[in-house]
Amino acid sequence: MTIVGWLQAALVFALVCLLVKPVGTYMARVFEGERVFLTPLLGPVERVIYRFARVDASREMSWKGYAFAVIAFSLVSFAYLYALLRLQAFLPLNPQGFGNLAPDLAWNTAISFMTNTNWQFYSGESTMSYLSQMAGLGWHMFVSASIAIAICIALIRALARRQMNTIGNFWVDLTRSCLYVLLPIAFVGALLLIWQGVPQNFDAYTTATTIEGAKQSIPQGPMASMEIIKELGTNGGGFVNANAASPWENPTGLSNLIELVCIFLLGGALTYTFGRYVKNQRQGWALFAAMTTLFLGGFIVAYWAEAAGNPAIHALGVLGGNMEGKETRFGIAASTLFATMTTDTSCGAVNAMHDSFTALGGLVPLFNMQMGEVVFGGVGSGFYGIIYYAILTVFIAGLMVGRTPEYLGKKIERKEVQLAILAALVVPVFALIPAGIASVLPAALATLNNGGPHGFSEILYAYTSTVNNNGSAFAGLGSNTWWNISTGVVMLFGRIAIMVPVLALAGALVRKQAVATTAGTFQTTSSIFVVLLIGVILIVGALTFFPADALGPIVEHLLNLQGKVY
Amino acid sequence: MAATQPSPDERDSTLRHIITSVLYTIVSVVALGFIYPVVIWGIGTVLFHHQAGGSLVVDKTGTVIGSELVGQNWTKPQYFAGRPSAAGKGYDPTQTGGTNYGPTSKKLIDGTKSTIAALKKANPDATGPIPMDLVTSSASGIDPDISPDGAYYQVPRVAKARGMTVDAVRGLVAAHVTPRQFGLLGEPRVNVLELNRALDAQGAATK
Repeated sequence: MTIVGWLQAALVFALVCLLVKPVGTYMARVFEGERVFLTPLLGPVERVIYRFARVDASREMSWKGYAFAVIAFSLVSFAYLYALLRLQAFLPLNPQGFGNLAPDLAWNTAISFMTNTNWQFYSGESTMSYLSQMAGLGWHMFVSASIAIAICIALIRALARRQMNTIGNFWVDLTRSCLYVLLPIAFVGALLLIWQGVPQNFDAYTTATTIEGAKQSIPQGPMASMEIIKELGTNGGGFVNANAASPWENPTGLSNLIELVCIFLLGGALTYTFGRYVKNQRQGWALFAAMTTLFLGGFIVAYWAEAAGNPAIHALGVLGGNMEGKETRFGIAASTLFATMTTDTSCGAVNAMHDSFTALGGLVPLFNMQMGEVVFGGVGSGFYGIIYYAILTVFIAGLMVGRTPEYLGKKIERKEVQLAILAALVVPVFALIPAGIASVLPAALATLNNGGPHGFSEILYAYTSTVNNNGSAFAGLGSNTWWNISTGVVMLFGRIAIMVPVLALAGALVRKQAVATTAGTFQTTSSIFVVLLIGVILIVGALTFFPADALGPIVEHLLNLQGKVY
Repeated sequence: MAATQPSPDERDSTLRHIITSVLYTIVSVVALGFIYPVVIWGIGTVLFHHQAGGSLVVDKTGTVIGSELVGQNWTKPQYFAGRPSAAGKGYDPTQTGGTNYGPTSKKLIDGTKSTIAALKKANPDATGPIPMDLVTSSASGIDPDISPDGAYYQVPRVAKARGMTVDAVRGLVAAHVTPRQFGLLGEPRVNVLELNRALDAQGAATK
């Protein structure tokens, strides 16, 4: 561990902290339809979209209407991408002449991008036409992120409103998220990335003749425009197989910094937006504080483990931290920071190969996801995830003192707690049961890249990542029909089975009236609340996943110390 | 926020949601899937022509010999070598990726052993420990860089193969160390293609 390494992490986090207030305020204004500095430019575009799609922007929706719109749009966007991938060979912007995707791979990929997971069982540079990349995958990165932001804003409205029936208009929230939030930041960010060296063109791959006389085919394509939204929307799907570890997607220390800030930016800023809506910024900062603590804890453990290195390599006389699967220009600090942040959120982009991390270094990304990706989290989804935990926290605190729990002046009753428990169960059920099945299924075991406990870690990581819609992988795992279909199903449940209860929760909360704050009210801006919230998140994550983690990374760590190999 | 009385739309038919979704998909694909990347391409190409085109490296005759971003498979002793690569048969930019071997992988340990043996055999005059980056595969398989230590370690071999003095080659390496950006971001490194081109250029100048 080096001082420069700590400073790099401190700089990234300081930038995020600085941007939380302006971006959070801006989002609150945008989603309430107030005039912002981009309104003269984007207002006309917004109106064209509404007119073309026949959206009545003045009409609000009940939670059921909102949920139906979300599901209908998700379905259509899935069908569109599936068709595009199955037909790309017949479509333009395919200079390498890539063929159509097989049905099971197209199904997996279309679900993966529709659910904001961006799990990839293909290598972009040898599979996807430029059309599929930009008009299929890249487009999904905007809209799948915006769906989650829209639902998050709907939930925030429900928390702020009193005795109403509606939670906003889905199409309006979706459009404003795409146009006013994601697009301007992506626009500036993409140009910064090109400046740093990320390609953006529509050329065929360049054939180079190297100095030693070999031929090298160098991929090209519209990479920068996709790279920036990939981080900003916490999507994570790389243009090429090596993702942000490839020097095209992430060529320099500065491009790495830009991408890292984008991963945390909107998840962090939404806590401020929340504070604006409920007219108490300290409510937002309390959530931010809990997130920060969990982020720091994960980073410290991962950085320590990777800097300590692999004892099995040290035994061969080569000393130093673990550089297997890491890039020279990032080194250990920036690689570990990326791995921590990409799994705190639902991003899943990688600038190093998590599969080759040390056992404990790899446990951190795994555990980050097992907590439900609420540490800043996916854009939108991280916020509504932590609201579930906040409800559980006030419920548990209420049980301790024998009082009806309240959150933001709303009584938390049976229905809210049931929905929160339901959501908390989705992740372990759809991660652990398929992982158990896959551990004994020959078709699943056939594509493992590692033996021993690390092989099991690859399985556990795959389902943990897909159910949380993260998309990062212990990437040695190969693709086949079993993996394509089972992870597709898991991704779908991980998205829909969390989103619909969120909207139901919003529907229940928006109807409630405010109860007066009294001396006995549990203050959800207090440090006791923050500590309890962190405790609940850790305990729920640890209790459900510890036995599985013990069979994977933890036992692997002990065997690694003894010099065992598989 | 408009002060209109909101009207729940639970009576909306499923068909209406689907129609809106289809229309919305069309208009947003045009905006975000076409106009956005094309505008970025236009502006990016004007402002940063070299980078937008893939940072290609061209020799005097106009032949593309590679990209600043992409490492190459160096096999000859008079050139500095890059890190071990898991991309295809080595540094294949159309098959990027790492080994994905875990820390207890037998293949990882066996592979590292043979890499160490090969490094020692090719470079018997080297002093000091072997740097970590020279025995570990990168994440992308096309890492264009090695660490400064990784370059200095190879100096005796390169100097011998070229008949240059060790000090001259060391000086060239030192001149090609890329420092951290702004003194803080990234790690110090040496771009192998640039260093080897500089070696060739110097060899041509002294002839």
